[in-house]
Amino acid sequence: MDFAVVDLSRLQFALTALYHFLFVPLTLGLSFMLVIMESVYVMTGREIWRVTTRFWGKIFGINFVLGVATGLTMEFEFGTNWSYFSHYVGDVFGAPLAIEGLMAFFLEATFVGVMFFGWDRLSRLGHLVVTFMVALGTNLSALWILIANGWMQNPEGASFNPDTMRMEVSSFGSVLFNPIAQAKFVHTVSAGYVCASVVVLGVSAYYLLRGRFTEVARRSMTVAAAFGLASSLSVVVLGDESGYTLTDNQKMKLAAIEAAWHTAPAPAGLTLIGIPDLQAHTTRYKVEIPWVLGLIATRSLDRTVTGMSELVLRAQERITSGVVAYDAVQKLKADPNDRAARAQFELHRRDLGYALLLKRYVADPRQASPQLIASTAWDVVPEVPVMFWTFRVMAGIGFLMIALFATAFILCSLHRHMRTRWFLKLAVLAIPLPWIAIELGWILAELGRQPWAIDGVLPTFLAPSSLTPAALLTTIAGFTLLYGTMAVIEVRLILATIRHGPYEHEEDDTPQPGTGTPSAHPATA
Amino acid sequence: MFDYETLRLIWWVLIGVLLIGFALTDGFDLGTIALLPFVARTDVERRLVINSVAANWEGNQVWFILGGGAIFAAWPFVYAVSFSGFYLAMFVVLAALILRPVGFKYRSKRPDPAWRSRWDWALFTGGFVPALVFGVAVGNVLEGIPFRLDGDLRAFYEGSFLGLFTPFSLLAGLLSVAMLVLHGSAWIAIRVERGPVHDRARHFGTIAAIVSILLFTLGGVMAAQLGFRIVDAVDPAGPSNPLRTITIAQAGAWFDNYGRHPWMLIAPILGLGGAALALIGIRTKLEWAAFGGSSLSALGIIATVGLSMFPYILPSSIDARSSLTVWNASSSEKTLGIMLVVTAVLLPIVLAYTAWAFRVMWGRLSTEAVSAHPDYY
Repeated sequence: MDFAVVDLSRLQFALTALYHFLFVPLTLGLSFMLVIMESVYVMTGREIWRVTTRFWGKIFGINFVLGVATGLTMEFEFGTNWSYFSHYVGDVFGAPLAIEGLMAFFLEATFVGVMFFGWDRLSRLGHLVVTFMVALGTNLSALWILIANGWMQNPEGASFNPDTMRMEVSSFGSVLFNPIAQAKFVHTVSAGYVCASVVVLGVSAYYLLRGRFTEVARRSMTVAAAFGLASSLSVVVLGDESGYTLTDNQKMKLAAIEAAWHTAPAPAGLTLIGIPDLQAHTTRYKVEIPWVLGLIATRSLDRTVTGMSELVLRAQERITSGVVAYDAVQKLKADPNDRAARAQFELHRRDLGYALLLKRYVADPRQASPQLIASTAWDVVPEVPVMFWTFRVMAGIGFLMIALFATAFILCSLHRHMRTRWFLKLAVLAIPLPWIAIELGWILAELGRQPWAIDGVLPTFLAPSSLTPAALLTTIAGFTLLYGTMAVIEVRLILATIRHGPYEHEEDDTPQPGTGTPSAHPATA
Repeated sequence: MFDYETLRLIWWVLIGVLLIGFALTDGFDLGTIALLPFVARTDVERRLVINSVAANWEGNQVWFILGGGAIFAAWPFVYAVSFSGFYLAMFVVLAALILRPVGFKYRSKRPDPAWRSRWDWALFTGGFVPALVFGVAVGNVLEGIPFRLDGDLRAFYEGSFLGLFTPFSLLAGLLSVAMLVLHGSAWIAIRVERGPVHDRARHFGTIAAIVSILLFTLGGVMAAQLGFRIVDAVDPAGPSNPLRTITIAQAGAWFDNYGRHPWMLIAPILGLGGAALALIGIRTKLEWAAFGGSSLSALGIIATVGLSMFPYILPSSIDARSSLTVWNASSSEKTLGIMLVVTAVLLPIVLAYTAWAFRVMWGRLSTEAVSAHPDYY
């Protein structure tokens, strides 16, 4: 195993995925906000709502193309950079990706062109349906990719086939209705809705502070306040839901987030803050809220939250059992008709992945000593301080978002949102926050799964392609250069679009509602 | 429903359908923007060409993305081996394709001629480079790829980036460019008003049609030196494990199937006849005949590659026991079955709304319309 290749492959995937995910959340949320705004236009027939929809549509368009462009990389990156992963789980993991293409990408990509170019070719209702199809497509895409990702976190409905040396589907229903995938989907799209609401809220606040385009800005702000409040509540409440399922499937992730080194008596307290100490396996200076973690995670007062030390002991047992499965697979490789080996494999198949953890230290896991097995068991603990802190910052921002939108909602209800300048300033400053929370959430989910690419099945260090570090460095440099340039151009264009405002011509600034039809002007869109 | 052997055959055909769908739809987008700097000289001419594909290209591109996803789901070995083997070539293709969505959307955002000219060349790159590299990749597959699988079925690629460029693969690359440029020029002729752009597109289309015919014929002659053959018995319903098939290189083996099944000759005949029909259509200004001809030609050329190689998908040039075939590289029977049901339900719906989207945006573009309406790029 060349660990430079493993680390560089992980670095490239992290860079391209995190970059891709700068654009996706805004697409997810803004597409539905366009549907809301256009629905108001269709119902009221008031021109100002058409102007508003088209303006946010422009921002949507600039952002959308980069989501599409960087998504291309993602679709092929499993094959280019994670070819052993692709072979090992393609039978299961490939299906949701293919369905994503068929069900979601075609929908959003086919209708997005009609959405931008079809304003004058369709009836009002017809165009609204098109906009809705785009929103549906983007959100279905999130559903399928998170079913794939959820399966990596909780690989139900599949088992290893020694004849083909890979995981194969046993129950497609279990892959689809994986509780982790469902929780992830709701949590992720809600985060996207919050992101879009913050952008609409912040940009509208900027206009109101400047006294420009106030007709568009105050309407947009109302939509953002309502949509944002619902979404920010959903993202936190349903974030808890994904914490709840953690206790069944990913106790280790929860223990690492909480820096729970040992199983505490039930009901466990929630560590608000502290300094995890990796050497001493303890958390210093911790501020704890009694009972809360036990209540959230187990929904009970009497069940315990398992600590990391206890989970490591369990991993040690599973490695020992996995070595027996590994031995059987080697025998079956030599003779596929060896019945004794097949029976031996059936008994221990669930632990095969744990034996593969030993490949980091020995070529043949059967040669591992009990001491090596005991020390390797600690590999199942992810980076505790990273988990501990990313979670706290992410969750903190989540609560801030609720406060922000609750305030916005109250001010809008009282019709005071145009005059409360301190709030308008806060709303502008809040614009970067959802991105920070979202990227940290991604890091938390993916680092929390380490050392596994597929939880309990395939360690990350076995998953990459057989590439050279030079090839990887070339593409990392290439992507960085290309993506960096794109980011600069994108941000400039969005800022220019915001400065320019919703009308084709500057002189149309703040017209009376009902006028300002821009469609006849010979300008570039 | 179907047995494993039939499912594998169906999925081999379906991947062919996706690749042909990609060539027929996104193929004209690639060809059109590869021609952009040459058929259109002024800004308004270039906007004419760009807007002939602007509203529908994004849906067309999904054929390519879905091709990747479907190969992953149905042929995971092929997905794993080909994309990691062609690593740097894939990067070049992706980088070029990334320029397309950005180029289409961002070019019109500023009137500055230097800005627009840079995006025009970015769009040209996004059309020309993928067209070339796809062809080079197919050429390499026909020659055999230097990869081997170890006992855990981990793939190792032992070629280099420069090693991808052989005389045969370059010929295949140029054929791919000619084929898509022909298709693109036929598209421009349908969608753009008669005038200078239209005339130049027909001029380039004429050249592309002739080059397609010559290169496809020459490629056929050169392919007589290539081929692989399975030497032991094959179980078409056996487990997907390439190590259980033994292969030898055999010059001329790519023509074996035409001897056994002469009806397959219809594919190369379409490849040549389609290009000839396109040539006639272009010269006589029968634009639909030209587009139909370029479509048939692309269909015929791609089908020729698939049928010549059957049952091979990715032959290994260095290891007798690593080649991937229709019988040893697929997903499990269950996955192929489920994916077939999903495809049978969804693909007709996709085709229906795609047709609708083309109909809504249909019409011959004029400079007046493109100049007057703010929604055009």
